[in-house]
Amino acid sequence: MITASLIALPFIAAILLLLLPGNLSKWAALTATIIQAAFTAYVIVIFNINEHNSLLSNAQFIIDQPWISSIGIRFFAAIDGISMLMLILTNFLLPLIVLSTWDRPINNSKLFYFLVLLMQGALVGVFVSLDGFLYYIFWELALIPIYFIVLLWGGENRVKITFKFFIYTLLGSLFMLAAIIWLYLQTGDLHSFGVDAFYNLNLDMVQQRWIFWAFFLAYAIKIPLLPFHSWQPDTYNTAPNAGTMLLSAIMLKMGIYSVMRWLLPIAPGAVMAYADLVIILCIIGIIYASWIAIGQKEIKRLFAWSSIAHVALITAGVFTLSRTGFQGALIQMLSHGVCAVGMFFVAEIILRRRGTYAFDKLGGIREKAPVFASVFLVITFGSAALPLTSGFIGEFLLLNSLYEYNFWYATFAGLTIILGAVYMLRAFKFSMLGAAEEGSVFQDLSFTEKLVFFPIVGLIIFLGVFPQFIFNLTDESVKYLITEINQHLATGL
Amino acid sequence: MEKFAWLIPALPLIGFLFSIFFGKKVSKTVVASVASIFVLIPFILTVAIFIPFISVAEAEAIRIPLLEWINIGKLTVNYSIQLDQLSLMMMLVITGVGFLIHVYSAGYMHDDDGFHRFFAYLNLFIFFMLVLVMGSNFLMLFIGWEGVGLCSYLLIGFWYKNMDYNKAANKAFIMNRIGDLGLLLGIFLIYLRFSSFEYSRIAYEAIDIAIGDPIITTITILLFIGAIGKSAQLPLFTWLPDAMAGPTPVSALIHAATMVTAGVYLIIRTNILFTLAPFTQEIIMFVGLATALFAATIGLKQNDIKKVLAYSTVSQLGYMFFALGLGAYTAAYFHLFTHAFFKALLFLGSGSVIHAMSGEQDLRKMGGLKKALPITHATFLIGTIAIAGLPPLAGFFSKDQILASAFAHHPVLWIMGVLGALMTAFYMFRLYYLAFHGSFRGTHEQEHHLHESPKTMTFPLVILAVMSVIAGFVNVPEVLGGGHWLDNFFTPLLAGTTLILEENVHAHLSHTVEYILMGSSVLAVLAVIFYARIRYKNNGHVPAEDSEPMSFLERLLSKKYYVDELYDSIVSNPVVKGAGLLYNYIEVNFIDRIVNGVGQLVVLSSRTARFMQTGNVGFYIFAMVIGALVILAANTFLH
Repeated sequence: MITASLIALPFIAAILLLLLPGNLSKWAALTATIIQAAFTAYVIVIFNINEHNSLLSNAQFIIDQPWISSIGIRFFAAIDGISMLMLILTNFLLPLIVLSTWDRPINNSKLFYFLVLLMQGALVGVFVSLDGFLYYIFWELALIPIYFIVLLWGGENRVKITFKFFIYTLLGSLFMLAAIIWLYLQTGDLHSFGVDAFYNLNLDMVQQRWIFWAFFLAYAIKIPLLPFHSWQPDTYNTAPNAGTMLLSAIMLKMGIYSVMRWLLPIAPGAVMAYADLVIILCIIGIIYASWIAIGQKEIKRLFAWSSIAHVALITAGVFTLSRTGFQGALIQMLSHGVCAVGMFFVAEIILRRRGTYAFDKLGGIREKAPVFASVFLVITFGSAALPLTSGFIGEFLLLNSLYEYNFWYATFAGLTIILGAVYMLRAFKFSMLGAAEEGSVFQDLSFTEKLVFFPIVGLIIFLGVFPQFIFNLTDESVKYLITEINQHLATGL
Repeated sequence: MEKFAWLIPALPLIGFLFSIFFGKKVSKTVVASVASIFVLIPFILTVAIFIPFISVAEAEAIRIPLLEWINIGKLTVNYSIQLDQLSLMMMLVITGVGFLIHVYSAGYMHDDDGFHRFFAYLNLFIFFMLVLVMGSNFLMLFIGWEGVGLCSYLLIGFWYKNMDYNKAANKAFIMNRIGDLGLLLGIFLIYLRFSSFEYSRIAYEAIDIAIGDPIITTITILLFIGAIGKSAQLPLFTWLPDAMAGPTPVSALIHAATMVTAGVYLIIRTNILFTLAPFTQEIIMFVGLATALFAATIGLKQNDIKKVLAYSTVSQLGYMFFALGLGAYTAAYFHLFTHAFFKALLFLGSGSVIHAMSGEQDLRKMGGLKKALPITHATFLIGTIAIAGLPPLAGFFSKDQILASAFAHHPVLWIMGVLGALMTAFYMFRLYYLAFHGSFRGTHEQEHHLHESPKTMTFPLVILAVMSVIAGFVNVPEVLGGGHWLDNFFTPLLAGTTLILEENVHAHLSHTVEYILMGSSVLAVLAVIFYARIRYKNNGHVPAEDSEPMSFLERLLSKKYYVDELYDSIVSNPVVKGAGLLYNYIEVNFIDRIVNGVGQLVVLSSRTARFMQTGNVGFYIFAMVIGALVILAANTFLH
């Protein structure tokens, strides 16, 4: 019931919002997302981290209803530690994303917030679904609202860019759909799309390789990994900042989450066989994207490229198939989400006040808006992985897992701590520092802007100082994942 | 007392929070007082822990676990404190010198708009520096290590309206990050080898490892890379002279007395590992010696008072690494200890001079300041003598111990070391005579404005001058009738090293040799000082203006061997230019083209795709989902 309610709440709220007058839309959206966040907090409290059962070891609040029984499709969903983390990411960031739009009038705001809530529902659905078909529905459903958000409220060239974004990601997903149907056919008499049935298939190596590529393509495009990333910088750039936050902070994590839920345990042999390839791809991606970020002349594009670099490191950590790698990836997903909302809100405020993202027209903001600059400073160093910020915990664990895998991988991936500092400090310097122009105005943060930023700053530091409660939530699931993979490998691939 | 040890780093952190959140609402006096007291109390606490500690012979380290940090299976790290000989000695310097510099800053920064911000950063720095030395494991060290880097960044770029300063701040942080990657990789390898981050665990297991073990050698090289960045050794030293963009108290505290010595601390802390890696030690020895000499030669031709001191710091740090490479860990610490006092004194003295000169830093515009600044002059002279290495001031004893170790290793090393010492004596007395003697060369307004600094600034100068005189007595060698207290005190710290080498690590020289070495180096230094006196005082020589023609060698030195230009042309510029090329050629013209090409191919060859192209793409998928929902609904009803 709890799981179903978590999915249903945003959808119900979205429909109610359509019935309310347009000037109440943002209040309705805020209320709905706050209720959802509070509900999530309650779920965290009642979530039993020591639970042991047959479904993903500690999946709880299971709902399992027949849906299209003739072909075995079920409404099958539950929350384990990994889903819990993704719910925290989604549901705690959404109120902040809604608030980030507060001071700026939006045309047709009713439709906008409707789409935002629809998006939230779909994301929650992706993160808790344990039926392959249901999961696929939510996966595609998540694409629709964001497509319209970018198309209708985006900037320059939005028609062309959204078209590319849509086709590219849809194309990737079609391979995944084929793989899911194929897997379903393998379940034989069970006629099941259930994750448990898929895990027990014991595919041979040739089958695993096919499955691997079908899933991987979908995820690599979504995350996005080099060389499937070229839709990302333009889409991020043209999207309204709330849309960029949804994309960067939450939606791209669908890909990484899915690797852990749907790819690893189903095709562990192939994952292991291709791990080096993927990790090397990721490392090239880290260096490539960081390097390009250094040369960017606009703050939002710089952030977009930094996002590619960060998620590449997270993915590399996942493919080490180790406990530290998984834990590092999970906490880094959360940390990156928090930082991404912060960064794109920084971009939004700069755009609101100065009307441009271009570095050569910025500068001198710190003098006029010290609170804003201080907040950006914390986000800068959080993103650059300074110890006692959330970014450090993630990067430390991820690099450590890579190190245990291969010394040279960690050395090259480790360049991120140098390059990350280079582009973030450049962004901070060119936008904030220097003397303000004579007579220029830059209003410091408003009350609602502070309401967005202060929780972000708080989370960046809190997660860096006390990350353990996150590890406690996810540890059982991570351990289960490791044993599951090892079991498959032991039973002769 | 130990149970209050956590207060020592906690108080400066509270001070930081106070200044950040309430600093603007209260008066400057309150800000400065709170900030200073929150460093003074930790100093008193440190002393209170230190006194019982020294009264016990070979006292054991005290470890205090505080809080859980990361616990993932076997990967466990906690916030925890270790109090031992090394950390306590470091804490004394950090809180002691730190307190004096807080007091000084109250005067120096008095008219600055960013007063509360300055004290906030200083307190934050003290916090991180204490975490660095008090932690009981490598991750605590890393927190402090990067944290002080953050504070250094914030304070170098303190006057953020000046873009050159911001550039210097970025440079410092990024160069440090290069070293930090080395350190981090070293820490990973330590964890891989020892399954722990705790110093005690590593020291315990290292004793059984054979000398020359390749993993240990790799670990030590990686740790040393970290030390190179933080302690501004060749080739990562260029950030430190630029760091002088920060306010002068910052130069004294962070870029002379404490933060830059973190690399030395790291190597002494892990001395067992370094003793097991003679190959790394050789490298450290050569890098240290090369840095000491290289930076000293640059110091000979600098005309900015702070730049001379900055290169001098690089050079003196080189001496410490030279000692570490020789395995003379105590000598290295001893020099760190005395250097902290006299270099802080010299920097604060230069700050007092700059203050009096209305911001002027060029030695060629000074002269004859002796009369107007009597206290600054007297204390500065003491600092100058101390760094030149004349007995019985602090620098003499610590430098002598390093030189003696060098001689025991090889006489040529001793000669090189003395050469460096002579250059040090020359550029320091050159600076001293140019600034304080002769006639005033600045503008009339500057001359009119000349004044001695307020008491808050001269008080720390006097204390540091006293320390520069007496600090050397903590380790007077036997040959001069001393009890080499520090050597004895550090015995437990170096127990592993002693055990591995099966002998005492201290140099064994006969008394006669020691007398000869000491006497000859002191005489040579005196001769150099005499030469500097004749050249700059009696003959009134003033360095030429930059525009005047110089010989090749002079130009090379005054341009700092063009190292900055070299790094710009082989690193900075290619990175920035390469980013543009990468974007234009690989990204736009290659990857994106392929993607678009594939897309177009699909579009051309598919009816469905052509339908999508009309812009109804969303509804296509929307229809699919609606369809699925209809099936769901139908199913539910049918049941």
